[in-house]
Amino acid sequence: MAMNYNAKDEVDGGPPGAPGGAAKNRRPDNTAFKQQRLPAWQPILTAGTVLPTFFIIGLIFIPIGIGIFVTSNNIREIEIDYTGTEPSSPCNKCLSPDVTPCICTINFTLEQSFEGNVFMYYGLSNFYQNHRRYVKSRDDSQLNGDPSALLNPSKECEPYRRNEDKPIAPCGAIANSMFNDTLELFLISNDSAPYAIPLKKKGIAWWTDKNVKFRNPPGGENLEERFKGTTKPVNWLKPVYLLDSEKDNNGFINEDFIVWMRTAALPTFRKLYRLIERTEDLHPTLPAGRYYLNITYNYPVHSFDGRKRMILSTISWMGGKNPFLGIAYITIGSISFLLGVVLLVINHKYRNSGNTADITI
Amino acid sequence: MALCAKKRPPEEERRARANDREYNEKFQYASNCIKTSKYNILTFLPVNLFEQFQEVANTYFLFLLILQLIPQISSLSWFTTIVPLVLVLTITAVKDATDDYFRHKSDNQVNNRQSQVLINGTLQQEQWMNVCVGDIIKLENNQFVAADLLLLSSSEPHGLCYIETAELDGETNMKVRQAIPVTSELGDISKLAKFDGEVICEPPNNKLDKFSGTLYWKENKFPLSNQNMLLRGCVLRNTEWCFGLVIFAGPDTKLMQNSGRTKFKRTSIDRLMNTLVLWIFGFLACMGVILAIGNAIWEHEVGTHFQVYLPWDEAVDSAFFSGFLSFWSYIIILNTVVPISLYVSVEVIRLGHSYFINWDKKMFCMKKRTPAEARTTTLNEELGQVEYIFSDKTGTLTQNIMVFNKCSINGHSYGDVFDVLGQKAELGERPEPIDFSFNPLADKKFLFWDPSLLESVKIGNPHTHEFFRLLSLCHTVMSEEKNEGELYYKAQSPDEGALVTAARNFGFVFRSRTPKTITVHEMGTAITYQLLAILDFNNIRKRMSVIVRNPEGKIRLYCKGADTILLDRLHHSNQELLNTTTDHLNEYAGEGLRTLVLAYKDLDEEYYEEWAERRLRASLAQDSREDRLASVYEEVESDMMLLGATAIEDKLQQGVPETIALLTLANIKIWVLTGDKQETAVNIGYSCKMLTDDMTEVFIVTGHTVLEVREELRSAGGRREALPVRSPHSCPERPKAREKMMDSSRTVGNGFTYQEKLCSSRLTSVLEAVAGEYALVINGHSLAHALEADMELEFLETACACKAVICCRVTPLQKAQVVELVKKYKKAVTLAIGDGANDVSMIKTAHIGVGISGQEGIQAVLASDYSFSQFKFLQRLLLVHGRWSYLRMCKFLCYFFYKNFAFTMVHFWFGFFCGFSAQTVYDQYFITLYNIVYTSLPVLAMGVFDQDVPEQRSMEYPKLYEPGQLNLLFNKREFFICIAQGIYTSVLMFFIPYGVFAEATRDDGTQLADYQSFAVTVATSLVIVVSMQIGLDTGYWTAINHFFIWGSLAVYFAILFAMHSKGLFDMFPNQFRFVGNAQNTLAQPTVWLTIVLTTVVCIMPVVAFRFLKLNLKPDLSDTVRYTQLVRKKQKAQHRCMRRVGRTGSRRSGYAFSHQEGFGELIMSGKNMRLSSLALSSFTARSSSSWIESLRRKKSDSASSPSGGADKPLKG
Repeated sequence: MAMNYNAKDEVDGGPPGAPGGAAKNRRPDNTAFKQQRLPAWQPILTAGTVLPTFFIIGLIFIPIGIGIFVTSNNIREIEIDYTGTEPSSPCNKCLSPDVTPCICTINFTLEQSFEGNVFMYYGLSNFYQNHRRYVKSRDDSQLNGDPSALLNPSKECEPYRRNEDKPIAPCGAIANSMFNDTLELFLISNDSAPYAIPLKKKGIAWWTDKNVKFRNPPGGENLEERFKGTTKPVNWLKPVYLLDSEKDNNGFINEDFIVWMRTAALPTFRKLYRLIERTEDLHPTLPAGRYYLNITYNYPVHSFDGRKRMILSTISWMGGKNPFLGIAYITIGSISFLLGVVLLVINHKYRNSGNTADITI
Repeated sequence: MALCAKKRPPEEERRARANDREYNEKFQYASNCIKTSKYNILTFLPVNLFEQFQEVANTYFLFLLILQLIPQISSLSWFTTIVPLVLVLTITAVKDATDDYFRHKSDNQVNNRQSQVLINGTLQQEQWMNVCVGDIIKLENNQFVAADLLLLSSSEPHGLCYIETAELDGETNMKVRQAIPVTSELGDISKLAKFDGEVICEPPNNKLDKFSGTLYWKENKFPLSNQNMLLRGCVLRNTEWCFGLVIFAGPDTKLMQNSGRTKFKRTSIDRLMNTLVLWIFGFLACMGVILAIGNAIWEHEVGTHFQVYLPWDEAVDSAFFSGFLSFWSYIIILNTVVPISLYVSVEVIRLGHSYFINWDKKMFCMKKRTPAEARTTTLNEELGQVEYIFSDKTGTLTQNIMVFNKCSINGHSYGDVFDVLGQKAELGERPEPIDFSFNPLADKKFLFWDPSLLESVKIGNPHTHEFFRLLSLCHTVMSEEKNEGELYYKAQSPDEGALVTAARNFGFVFRSRTPKTITVHEMGTAITYQLLAILDFNNIRKRMSVIVRNPEGKIRLYCKGADTILLDRLHHSNQELLNTTTDHLNEYAGEGLRTLVLAYKDLDEEYYEEWAERRLRASLAQDSREDRLASVYEEVESDMMLLGATAIEDKLQQGVPETIALLTLANIKIWVLTGDKQETAVNIGYSCKMLTDDMTEVFIVTGHTVLEVREELRSAGGRREALPVRSPHSCPERPKAREKMMDSSRTVGNGFTYQEKLCSSRLTSVLEAVAGEYALVINGHSLAHALEADMELEFLETACACKAVICCRVTPLQKAQVVELVKKYKKAVTLAIGDGANDVSMIKTAHIGVGISGQEGIQAVLASDYSFSQFKFLQRLLLVHGRWSYLRMCKFLCYFFYKNFAFTMVHFWFGFFCGFSAQTVYDQYFITLYNIVYTSLPVLAMGVFDQDVPEQRSMEYPKLYEPGQLNLLFNKREFFICIAQGIYTSVLMFFIPYGVFAEATRDDGTQLADYQSFAVTVATSLVIVVSMQIGLDTGYWTAINHFFIWGSLAVYFAILFAMHSKGLFDMFPNQFRFVGNAQNTLAQPTVWLTIVLTTVVCIMPVVAFRFLKLNLKPDLSDTVRYTQLVRKKQKAQHRCMRRVGRTGSRRSGYAFSHQEGFGELIMSGKNMRLSSLALSSFTARSSSSWIESLRRKKSDSASSPSGGADKPLKG
């Protein structure tokens, strides 16, 4: 309505009977919508609805919290830091880049046996997998086996896009920084030689990642052929087609690689390394006793104050150990219940003061 | 169309030669084609885009878009900004395009109207747009004038023609235009075709009543004036045809020159919003700086060492520079605190509210078939904050219909309506009106109820006959008789029309007049009187007379005029009759009727001859002709015989008193600004219950000098302090002198103290807290002084302390000045309502202008923001639509800021855990769609449809309007609460998942806390929390709200799964990296436990706070809502029981006690009780509480427990 004058007004505004003043029915429709009389639910926060809600939340949350808490407490978990920054640590020698390969051994004892499937993780701290430049430094087309992206990776991969004029496969900072320590676990028994715990390396990645998101480039039988014309990431010791001996766990679909490529949300994280499957016999998967961890130390983290850990954990319906959730549920449930009581008291007092008479007429 | 847009240098003078297109063409005058549209198909896109990018918000987002194209900075994909931006631009463009389409359509309609143009000696039909300057066109009766024309000749003698100028200046009475004598003979086409005069005149301008030019023809010069012009927009009336020469066409016409751009009005919420947006920008910059510093420190401390795995970008050489870049990156990702969709959503909501106003059946006037119209779509919520209403009187409060209501003839009063029992009947229960069927010439629309008057006519009472004879002779009405017996009267003033119509129905039918005669059908026989002289009405004389000679040859002077004037000019023998008549006059005046006194005088032949001679001489006198004539008139109009008096009802518009009462209860102050005289204005003030007899005092300021006015104002101010006691019957029409006498003693002292107090307390008004009800009546002269710089504050203070203010005899400019004054000092929202051209200035000045459509022209409507056809719709516009609009807009804004802070601030917290790298928490698609898809519709639905209490309740409890006036629902405090709530939510939104995810694993042992799962979890809980919150905020869940809220949630999950699907990933692996994430993440019980926990923690405190507020400190609207709920549950019997039990002891007495006719408004007595109760517990605010308690005490003692409850209803 920027203009004061509107030609339409000149037409419609004329007196009835004047030429142009067509008599049309301008009466508004009598519909519920136009008259703003749509049937509606008008909720209001009354004591009758609010107070029970608080009590019910309390009554539901507290048992859930207790359930979670108990479950979480029943989970066995052991964490071994093998960064080696302390001089006493067996891995201290590996801090120097000269020692290659560097293998160190850490002894530890399981006080209680681990039943059921046991999961072996490596944990990193102060490692910023969630940094913006890090997160974007990958080419999902290449990882999905797109031949053109294989030879011409996305610009996002810079500065790990090309090396010596050859495209890097897999390109990018994420792939380049892949965790490459090797961990082996041995059970020390008194009577015989140390028993190497069988570590399963397949089944540690999401199904969708392994089967949809990551694909090797198309081509002949030989994986090396398919990656022809590419070079390995700068930091890697061997090219991508030599990550594993098994054909369905090699190249881009190597599960260790896939797990690494699923970047962590927080600078302290753990990633699944190996599965220790439940044994068929009645023995616990990892009986209580003395173990040692054999580490091929390749992955330097001390330069940026990072930490490396190995974690063994059992699991429940809700995953690994998670004390926070249980405590949070119990706390919130209690607060809700308390709040319900407080509100009830206030409401009760208020009602007695007689003011509600005005309202409830 | 292209012709319209041509630009020309400013004209010095205009030359137009008739019938010579070639000559005129070289001046390149504008054609008669009108263009109000802004675009055409080709220019639409560039022009519209250019306009849109002039808006700061759009430019800002464009700037963001450019930032995002820099790879080092880009923290988000380009589409996260461009999609909303394009959407917003598109919506605006579509709206502009539709508007323009309609403008094109109406332009075309006007441009394609047909007119008859004289071309090459023949009349040809031409479209308006093809009419050129210098053309001669023919107009016929009732046609619109196509351009500004010089009248050449017409069908009437002497080249006269009649026009109606309603569209130009709002006046409905007809005006005469005359052709100059030389051209008036050019009656037929052949002569006109040869006419080759040339007009040289002023360049186009916007002065409607001025024109100067010269016609050169046959080597003669003829001066031209406005009297010879027909302006575009006028309608030809009572003239068969006329010819005119086009002088100004199209955009040069005075009508178009007058239609300047209107001032763009903004609402206070708009201004507040802009301030807040600026604050948010500041806040944004602060966050950016904090995070940038964080980034610099992090890169310095950690990032440099982490370069093994994540080297810096090539361009980045220092931590400092990295921090600088990250500042811009964070500006990009945090920009959603000022969402691009805010402005467009606000527009959409206002548009919706405007449609509701247009659609409102209850604001549709059946009689005039005009619906209410929101002509501006940007002011709706301001309607909920109005504190001052400035109203015109004529046509706004009154219908401008005069009805002959009562009369006093020879000391006998007629016109009271009695019912069967002989009691004076009240309005609405009148018996059948009397039957005028004996008189074939009677006007069917005329109604009269007192049969005794007709009887008196029928039995031939000579006084009665003389009375009506006077009415049928003494006037300046023109009659028109289209068919035999179908009489139409054209009266200059509606009063006269009413009187002549009354005489007509009682058998004295004014049939026709010539300059020398008047023909009247007296009781069926035609009698022609010789009209000897008309002594016309003017403002000083306040009377008019005619001198006629009847067929018998007797000369008689008939006079009618104002009582104050006429009663002094009566023959002394009338004393007794005068006394009775004066009683009747007082009685009529008390009922708010306009009175006229009628008198006659017989003149003998000689005297008349001699007088006529003197009159002729006076009229020929060169100097001071007016004065001489006046004294001649004065002489003959003396020693008259009193006939009686008439009382005319200035009919109020329907529902005016009720509306005013209701608006007053809603704490809205109503000022009447009228051009009418003081008596009429005060009368109307009483009849529409603005002024009541219960008022403590009505101050009348009529001083002519500055000193007088100051004195009067001070005495008013002073006395208000001195006299807090009620003096129940103060007569408002008490002469000024007496008032002064009464007060003079007090005035001196108190005026002084008042002045001191005013100085010490400046604008913190002492006066407003004064108890008692006062009214102020001020007239134009005094107002002129009161509006001077040194007195305006004093005037304002006094006026604002009064319950009612009436300014009479004010000019249109003064109306605007008064509005401006209140606007300037009061910081209150003002609304001006009027119907005529004289109200345009005030309508444009006030925050909101309302035009009454349908009566006098459309000037006011054109200038207004809202228009409807009856004053009573104002209550609905303000109390229902305005209140809802305000409520909805406030709720909308609160929620909108809340949801965006909750959404955006998560990035801030995440910054501390991702090396301040401007990594987003969410998927980029979520960021793109959050504001425009996931959360837009529910809040829009709330903004458009929400209602706290039903419409009837907002009428019943006018106090519900108060939060808007006090600006309680959305202000800086509320804004900070929303922001705080948003930040609280964002903290939980980030830290609860953080706490849960940090060390957790999925139920298949794999990592839970991968970035993508974290993003999905936070996004999902955010969407659920804000949906819960909108659910809590929505007070009125229509099917649409359900659909949008549940739909938004469903759409979120649908899009989530679609975006994470294999199909999209296979096509664009680099764009849809989250493949498989939704199904993997949302299958985890831990994730759901986290979402539930987050939701409960975010919502629980809100519910608790709201519940507490509802319980401990409820708003009136909460109470009304609650009452409604309870009432629904309770059975009727309970209510009846209660009703008897409760006395009215707690009612706040002032509210209803003086309202007559309020019962019509509120159908059941129960509601009344409720509302007063509710009122009593809510009006007591800190500032005015002592007044309240005083009033309550007063009403307690006044009303006995038994009858107290019902008393006020009866009034």
